[in-house]
Amino acid sequence: MIPGSFSYHRPKSVQEAVGLLAKLGDDGRAIAGGHSLIPMMILRLATPANLVDLADIADLKGIRTDGNDIVIGAMTTQHDLIGSDLLGAKLPILRETSAQIADPQVRYLGTLGGNVANGDPGNDMPAVMMCLGASYHVTGKSGERRIAAREFYQGAYFTALEAGDVLTAIRIPVPAAGHGYAYEKLKRKIGDYATAAAAVVLTMKAGKVESCSIGLTNVAETPLWAEDAAKILVGSTLDKATVKRAVAAAEAITAPATDARGPAIYRTKMAGVMLTRALSSALARARG
Amino acid sequence: MAKSHVAMKVNGKSVEALVEPRTLLIYLLRDQLSITGPHIGCETSHCGACTVDLDGKSVKSCTVFAVQADGAEIRTIEGIANPDGTLHALQEGFREMHGLQCGFCTPGMITRAYRLLQENPNPTDAEIRYGISGNLCRCTGYQNIVKAIQFAAAKLAGVPFQEAAE
Repeated sequence: MIPGSFSYHRPKSVQEAVGLLAKLGDDGRAIAGGHSLIPMMILRLATPANLVDLADIADLKGIRTDGNDIVIGAMTTQHDLIGSDLLGAKLPILRETSAQIADPQVRYLGTLGGNVANGDPGNDMPAVMMCLGASYHVTGKSGERRIAAREFYQGAYFTALEAGDVLTAIRIPVPAAGHGYAYEKLKRKIGDYATAAAAVVLTMKAGKVESCSIGLTNVAETPLWAEDAAKILVGSTLDKATVKRAVAAAEAITAPATDARGPAIYRTKMAGVMLTRALSSALARARG
Repeated sequence: MAKSHVAMKVNGKSVEALVEPRTLLIYLLRDQLSITGPHIGCETSHCGACTVDLDGKSVKSCTVFAVQADGAEIRTIEGIANPDGTLHALQEGFREMHGLQCGFCTPGMITRAYRLLQENPNPTDAEIRYGISGNLCRCTGYQNIVKAIQFAAAKLAGVPFQEAAE
């Protein structure tokens, strides 16, 4: 199997990449790690006339602290995320999530930027970014802007990105020290997208939930931020009855497709099970 | 489509080629450079039969364009044996522990295990299984592959290999 023909571009700067993508319009496509795009090109489900490879742009790599935020370059790979001691200490949910994405070979090349920008509801990081209240740095024709992850996803493969835009970095506010976290993912096998998955970040104070945020993966056209479910939990001890009400509220906003991963009703219920497990792990990990 | 010139090191040897941008690395290796150890399995980055080592990373060469590998250092199964021609501990392990039946997945398995042992010279059973989870074998049930990698880890560490009780 051989992809369709295309011209290959390898810009050295974000400005050059944005200029190229703006000029090429619908004929151009940015490529990061390529592990979503290249298989689609091999199957001829994607036939871009031009590929703009972001690999040589040094500004898109690396993990740094900026005040109370951590800023991660878009071309940082899943392998790099897992190996980062800074993230291990400040944002361990990223390591837990990355480790459940695809397989080792894919994680060496697959990037955080590609994972969040692609708009595939099966990608794991978007729901985690919604859960964390992250924002995306985007550079386009008219300069740089920031878009909240919670406002970025519009439909399957439809995002707030416009032609010529490059997502350059992911900015994540560091959760309070001692926070509890978990990413629970049900999948049929290693390398599969989630049947359903749930991300939880919470803080506890005197045995009660002080704050809580929940993201859900692959149970709708977009990743979901389960705001109402999280609100139900705040102030509770995560007792069974309250968790049950929150899980019902989270299930209520899902609208999964019936596909090879199971019928829609099953996937909705599995989202609830993943959320229940994630809450329980997050509670066990939280201090305070 | 105009061809691009690429230059890279494959198994320690400098090579150059003209490729279309759409040429996947596996086709450059197999069809133009006659390096046929890496196999074409699924061609959609699932099976790992085409795994090669690229700048210290295990990658599936069906999911990398040759133009992306311009300037890279690549090692394939052909470059795993010791310089004097004797088998690498992994190759010996796969032979001694019957880590293959049909052999189709073996080049990818050994090349992946090579990088795994560089990063984690003494992996547990669970770490081996997780570390080779991007490589599918349809013959062995993986048991003997895990043993083969344990054999190699012990040999490289200079300690006697002890097979775990079944």
